[in-house]
Amino acid sequence: MNEGISKRINRIQFALLSPEEIRKMSQVKVITADTYDDDGYPIERGLMDLHMGVIEPGLKCATCGGKVDECPGHFGHIELAMPVVHVGFIKEIKSFLDACCGVCGRIKLTEQEMGDYRVKLTEESISNSEPEHFALMSKKVTDLASERLVCPHCGAQLKKVILDKPTTFREEGIKVTPKEIRERLERVPDSDLIFFGLNPEVARPEWMILTVLPVPPINVRPSITLETGERSEDDLTHKLVDIIRISQRLRESRDNGSPQLIIEDLWDLLQFHVTTYFDNQTAGIPPARHRSGRALKTLVQRLKGKEGRFRSNLSGKRVNFSARTVISPEPFLSVNEVGVPEKAARELTVPVSVNVFNIEETRALVKRGPEPRDEFGKYVAGTNYVIRPDGRRMKVTPQNAEENSTRIEPGWTVERQLQEGDIVLFNRQPSLHRMSMMGHSVRILDGQTFRFNLADCTPYNADFDGDEMNMHIVQKEEARAEARIIMKVQEQIMSPRFGGPIIGGIHDHVTSLFLLTHGNPLFSEEETIHILSYVEIDHLPEPEIVDGKKYYHGRDIFSLILPPGINLKFRSKLCAGAGEKCEYENDPEDKDVLIIDGKLLHGTIDDAAIGAFSGAIIDRIFRSFGPKETARFIDRMTKLAVGFISFRGFSTGISDYDLPESAIERINEIAEDAIKKINKLIEIYRAGELQSLPGRSIEDTLEIEILSAAGSARDESGKIASQFLGLNDPSVIMARSGARAKMLNISEVAGMVGQQSVRGGRINRGYYGRTLPHFEVNDIGAMSRGFVQSSYKEGLSPIEYFMHSIGGREGLVDIAVRTSRSGYMQRRLINAFEDLKVDEERMVRDTVGSIVQFKYGEDGVDPTRSDHGDTVDIDQIAFDIKQGAKK
Amino acid sequence: MSKFNVLQHELVPEHHLISKEEEDKVLKELEITRDLLPKISRSDPAIKALEEIHGPLESGRIIKIIRKSPTTGYSVYYRVIADEVFK
Ligand SMILES: [Mg+2]
Ligand SMILES: [Zn+2]
Ligand SMILES: [Zn+2]
Repeated sequence: MNEGISKRINRIQFALLSPEEIRKMSQVKVITADTYDDDGYPIERGLMDLHMGVIEPGLKCATCGGKVDECPGHFGHIELAMPVVHVGFIKEIKSFLDACCGVCGRIKLTEQEMGDYRVKLTEESISNSEPEHFALMSKKVTDLASERLVCPHCGAQLKKVILDKPTTFREEGIKVTPKEIRERLERVPDSDLIFFGLNPEVARPEWMILTVLPVPPINVRPSITLETGERSEDDLTHKLVDIIRISQRLRESRDNGSPQLIIEDLWDLLQFHVTTYFDNQTAGIPPARHRSGRALKTLVQRLKGKEGRFRSNLSGKRVNFSARTVISPEPFLSVNEVGVPEKAARELTVPVSVNVFNIEETRALVKRGPEPRDEFGKYVAGTNYVIRPDGRRMKVTPQNAEENSTRIEPGWTVERQLQEGDIVLFNRQPSLHRMSMMGHSVRILDGQTFRFNLADCTPYNADFDGDEMNMHIVQKEEARAEARIIMKVQEQIMSPRFGGPIIGGIHDHVTSLFLLTHGNPLFSEEETIHILSYVEIDHLPEPEIVDGKKYYHGRDIFSLILPPGINLKFRSKLCAGAGEKCEYENDPEDKDVLIIDGKLLHGTIDDAAIGAFSGAIIDRIFRSFGPKETARFIDRMTKLAVGFISFRGFSTGISDYDLPESAIERINEIAEDAIKKINKLIEIYRAGELQSLPGRSIEDTLEIEILSAAGSARDESGKIASQFLGLNDPSVIMARSGARAKMLNISEVAGMVGQQSVRGGRINRGYYGRTLPHFEVNDIGAMSRGFVQSSYKEGLSPIEYFMHSIGGREGLVDIAVRTSRSGYMQRRLINAFEDLKVDEERMVRDTVGSIVQFKYGEDGVDPTRSDHGDTVDIDQIAFDIKQGAKK
Repeated sequence: MSKFNVLQHELVPEHHLISKEEEDKVLKELEITRDLLPKISRSDPAIKALEEIHGPLESGRIIKIIRKSPTTGYSVYYRVIADEVFK
């Protein structure tokens, strides 16, 4: 498995740059803070000196002679007037100052200790064990040395060094200058460096105090010429200008014997500039700012965080051939399609290589120019660019289209605008699973938005309240083939998460088909034809003749879109959605769905049949007939549903929740009873007569009892409400069919909202001993702890409203916390798994070939092709065979 | 107090030391070299428990692990004893 590897990293060494090394790699000593002269030519020995590289076409690098794209850039250097501390090494410098004698420079360990620890640390560094072990041991040793205030070698009495963040060191309040620090570090002998984890061959501690500063190549900090002709320098250049200026003033002041105070001020200023040059977000100092007030982006800011080099440029990149706009629904598109606005289609292109077979067509294509339309003014794909074999691209304009069309030859490439049928990738962030990016075929539509079938909302987790999505045009034949064969929406219908369909009917689709099939209603011939006009069909079902007129059953209409040959038996959602007892429990006609040979014999079609997560019919069709047939079913199902519900009409409103006076009275009674019961419990508790539940304190017991009393009050009121709200009520239809909401939500609106909670308990925070100043201290009654006896429809009292907001806030906070945390967890999982691969033997291996699993998922089964996680569905196979035999 | 054997615990899958002949057979069957097998640290409690039975085990020996699996009943896994600790 090691073939093909020509080089392997054996080790990586980290070292410090010595001043000599910095001077050696430098091509020029920068001495002037100026950049360009009046003619715009780089000033010699300035920050833009030609020895450090070129960014302007026409000029040549003074070091290597290369032109703009050839010269890699070269370092320069600045000699600092006085040494300054490097912020990045503050911790290390501190540990040296603490652990070493300020007089003789030796580490403050006895000869005995030195001998022992040297052996241990050497052992640790040559064995292949964890680097952390070495770090831990080194920390232990230096901590021991730091505690001593008398040097064991020279006997000097030492003072404690305190770090005054970010870069000042003090000894009993007196500043230790970087120069002094550097002298102390110089005195530390090579032999003592191992205790700090430094290798004296490549890193001396005094190198952590800067005397020379490397100036990065110009390529790293290019200047930009604005449209006005003004030149704008990079933030790093600005910072380097400051450093050189202050360094010069410091040198002059020092040389002409200025007062010590002035010199110290300038020195501190130099330290500030060098510190912010490295990290402009150092804690304890104000960030250096641009004239406009914007904080400068210096070295650390270039690398760190989401916008830094790593996360923004190395692990994530921007792409061409992509578009982004708002999305909106279009039920008349197939799930496999996406509607693209003309404006986007004219910008996005597909490369067509010209060859002897297609030269005539491509010539015609180019001849059309960049904005062709047919005789009805409809969009026709044009061309934006033609590319010569040498890579030069030429823009196609209406003027040169004719000429360009004659110029192209085999070997050229033509960038053709998007046309109907092109395969594109469509994506919505956050891309949490593979169905977040699917292949769609293009339809060019009017308007400004991307459009797609509502069934695709589930995998993208999209809605239309302003969501935007991205589209990518695949550029190569191989990529197009992959997009078409494995990424297309129809190939993604089965979720690898749970082995069931993730694409299916939602909201109104479910409601509509429920209404169409529940109770098997009859429709006149006219009505039937209207409904079916939304779906392409070639025959009408068997009619039922009543009074000499033709009528059609809802289930027969639905059967028209089922593929012939499908056999299926399952239970519809009807009873599962009901509250306590379902009125259809003993009605298999409505409750049990039976499909034989593509005919819906009985049962109600709802979420369990065609829903996005549970749809049994979609699941069955995918397994028996494959992706194409399933996509066709979903297309026709959604169209039929939309057609039927817009014909029948469906609306919901607050009047859905109207209850008769008697029921409202009953609910109020229940609430009163519950409050009474709670008060009673509190009384018993106060009297000290409450029996504690096993394993619970008395207080816990009281809370549990109160919660259960409040809970049963809400359940009771819900039951009463649902007694009066039946399946002729639109809200109930939606809840029972699984289209939207639960019966619980309905009882909250019509009956009672119930107890509000924070972290599973009643609300008990706020003021001392009470939740609001409206209550007495230590009132633990129902109202003061968040029991809401009103219904949403009736309206909440101010106190109830407040309690409800507390409970609601918890949900929001939970979601905010959960998403950020699970997002990070997922990022780490993806980074760990991204290059694992399943091989021909179904073994899971990494890039080296090491085995991770001997059989993918232990059983080698693709969850997408599994039956909700199981390998095969024996019952279904048996059922199919039985039906086949009957036939 | 008698020493506790981790391998007796219900939640610990069966670990077996396989013979050298069997090792060769497994490697041949999987068409793989020893270094590509998943590793197990020699400080792993299961290895220590096996050493109680078989005496000291040199690194490079292959351990066969039989795990209970919710989808297949039982699944077989091999790990090779390694000195280095991998993270
Ligand atoms: Mg939204
Ligand atoms: Zn150069
Ligand atoms: Zn000393």
